[in-house]
Amino acid sequence: MTQSNDLDAVARQARDRLDQHTYEMVQRHFHESTGCPFWLQKKSELDFDPLTEVKGFDDLKKFPLFEDEWLRGGPVERWRMKDMSDQPTYVFETGGTTGIPKSRVVVDDFRTDYEVFSDTLPDEYFPRGSNWLMLGPSGPRRLRLAVEHLAQYRGGICFCIDLDPRWVVKLIKKGWMEHLEAYKNHCIDQAVTVLTAGHDIKCMFATPKLLDSLCLALEDRGTSLAEVGVKGVFSGGTEFTPQWTRYAVEELLGGPASEGGVYMTPTYGNTLMGLACSKPVTAEEDYKISYYAPQPRAVTEVVAFEDPNTLVGYGETGRVKLTTLTPEFFVPGFLERDEGEREAPFDLYPWDGVSGVRPFHELASSTTVGVY
Amino acid sequence: MIDIPVVRWGKPYESLEKSDVSHFETGEPIARVSQANGGLLARDMRKADRARQLLKEFSIEDLIHRAALAADQFENETLPLGNGTQSADEFVMHQSASTGLPEAMCRANMKKNSFVLRNMTEILDCLTRGLPLDLLSRGYGMESRGVVVSYQAQTSVLGAVLPSNSPGVHTLWLPVIPLQFGLVLKPGSSEPWTAYRVAAAFEKVGIPPEAIGLYPGGHDVGSSLLSSCRRSMIFGSEKTVNQYSGDPQVQVHGPGFSKIFLGEDCVDRWEEFIDPMVESVYINGGRSCINCSGIYAPRHTREIAQAIAEKLGPIEPLPTADPEAGLAAFTTPGVGAAVWNMVEQDLQSEGVTDCTAEYGPRLVDCERYSYLRPVVAHAESPDCEIASKEFMFPFVTVVKCPQADMIKKAGPTLVGSAITEDQQWIDQLTDATNIDRLNIGPIATNRLNWLQPHEGNLIDFLFRSRAYQVTDESMLQW
Repeated sequence: MTQSNDLDAVARQARDRLDQHTYEMVQRHFHESTGCPFWLQKKSELDFDPLTEVKGFDDLKKFPLFEDEWLRGGPVERWRMKDMSDQPTYVFETGGTTGIPKSRVVVDDFRTDYEVFSDTLPDEYFPRGSNWLMLGPSGPRRLRLAVEHLAQYRGGICFCIDLDPRWVVKLIKKGWMEHLEAYKNHCIDQAVTVLTAGHDIKCMFATPKLLDSLCLALEDRGTSLAEVGVKGVFSGGTEFTPQWTRYAVEELLGGPASEGGVYMTPTYGNTLMGLACSKPVTAEEDYKISYYAPQPRAVTEVVAFEDPNTLVGYGETGRVKLTTLTPEFFVPGFLERDEGEREAPFDLYPWDGVSGVRPFHELASSTTVGVY
Repeated sequence: MIDIPVVRWGKPYESLEKSDVSHFETGEPIARVSQANGGLLARDMRKADRARQLLKEFSIEDLIHRAALAADQFENETLPLGNGTQSADEFVMHQSASTGLPEAMCRANMKKNSFVLRNMTEILDCLTRGLPLDLLSRGYGMESRGVVVSYQAQTSVLGAVLPSNSPGVHTLWLPVIPLQFGLVLKPGSSEPWTAYRVAAAFEKVGIPPEAIGLYPGGHDVGSSLLSSCRRSMIFGSEKTVNQYSGDPQVQVHGPGFSKIFLGEDCVDRWEEFIDPMVESVYINGGRSCINCSGIYAPRHTREIAQAIAEKLGPIEPLPTADPEAGLAAFTTPGVGAAVWNMVEQDLQSEGVTDCTAEYGPRLVDCERYSYLRPVVAHAESPDCEIASKEFMFPFVTVVKCPQADMIKKAGPTLVGSAITEDQQWIDQLTDATNIDRLNIGPIATNRLNWLQPHEGNLIDFLFRSRAYQVTDESMLQW
């Protein structure tokens, strides 16, 4: 069998698994004994019966696009699955610099998502049992608990820095750049203190901007991320461009990991989805970043700008469409605020990916990205 | 196509991200410009001190001499640009094609830049108020009147976030290299030409390329430049001005709201002054901060507005290569229409008359670009909204306003030309802190004397005058 036939076969298997998973999740979310009040109410507005008419992933096109506005405001209980309502529940928020934030209730999803992600991390650069630093948005965001769980799942302890992105956005909007700089320095100082306090931290999460500032701050103190013991970093955000990655690898992290530098892996995700991993990024491929969702729990598609139910061809540009299919949360097709190019499956992730992720061109000017 | 790299202290750096600079009419790319990222610039700024160290190996007099040689290179020679070269004529064509400015204006701006480079001795003499230049280099010294003075450099480099649509502003940062400071420039996205050509001209005459950094890129590069340079300039909108107005490290250049004031004693002779008024509004396509956007007079305002409209109203866009072309294109689709909507709204307000209405539609909208033909408005009172507006095309409001109210009502004014011989009023104008450059007499607002500081003295910005005491013995060794 050729390599291409191999890939076709595993891609078919992955697709079958996705169809089966879709069926099971739709049964769960729309059954009176398990579903959440929101979707059970929505069911009555649909002109089809999800329980009988959704048999595979393609049938999800029968649903209207998910509107994230539905997540704004209360009662938050409408999102709790009936059969999980007695379990300890978290609420994670997104947005909210002004007005009511969007919220998602979670029991175990964040843990599962990050356990799945953990399996993609190379132990060589994210040694099991080592401690972590979480340098990113905290408070009502999912990320802090998720990274902490990741560290614990891998046998370590996570040190966290408190960072309020809503305040950062306000500072930018008010033009208080001096305060912005002071707040950034306040966060970076804490990170440097933790990293140099003998806690044996070998792994970390940082947003690109904070990673940049942290590396410069360490350099100012005559050291570097590698010298303080960090071996692997995972990071995320739409400003994660090939050029930024190259800059980070060449100038912040001491070169490619294969040549002794700190390993870095980009990720793409948000509160609605889990965490999409990147195909290994290499200089040979001009630091091209291609993300693959944790299928079947989440699916990313690249769809035509004018028709969200039509995939674009491989290599073509379209809007990123997200579908979330976990036992706790159902999002049947949500148009992200991003666009990118459709990427082909490959052996590690035998399903579609997306590369060149950037703010959707029609919304780009009104979106504040990469603020922290 | 020309491939233009980021320049990191003289070293070209090809980015993985590139942005095309395109011809505004055809959309054809002219150059592909590597895009820096903010962190890259911040990181390079750690080596900023070396730029000044290298330049201090030359005397200021030597650098002034080289600047004059660079003027010839800039104005006449074929110079390296990215992976190719660019002749002086190509520079004019490229700049016109990407900014929408007529070629004649590009050439005039080019001459303005080379004039400043060539006349650096006089300009620095003026900016320093006659200080011996070695005093700036050393940081202290003795003035001719026998007093010890010290001017301490506040930075090693000057950063500048340059505009895309006003190639005339570059004269402001040109004296920096002769003053032994490095330069860190973020060129405008559609006007990389001047910054790269000046850098090439400087290199050609032996100025160390390591003294200059060129960082084209997005907003993050601009923010990074402003936060990592201890002294920088930015050119932008009123919003930009407000954002940085309280920051002592940033010199901000925005809309000028330049004005002409006709005094009670001269206004009845208004016809004599129409030519400088028209020139003030129309020159350079109305794009400069020194273009006049308001003419204040106590009477005859309707006649003045009609007379200016008669001259400017019929003007139409011409091909950029036409030596008579006087209007510059808006090169971003939709911008001309958006600006016209704002102007139209103001023109419909109570007390406002559109004096150019009879000369046909003002908006000339094409697929990729647009033009706005000159607009002359008349306002019955300085309280009309339109009286405080400035746009990037030949636009002026003739405002009826009693002389006694003019200074107060005029608001911020970069260049104020007061046509009056009334000494009492001249004294009041001289004291008015809302007027930056003051001209007394019928001087067009655009006629700048280069021997006068513009919007803050560069020397005051780069140096701090401070106390410096030494013993008599050590003074003898100087």
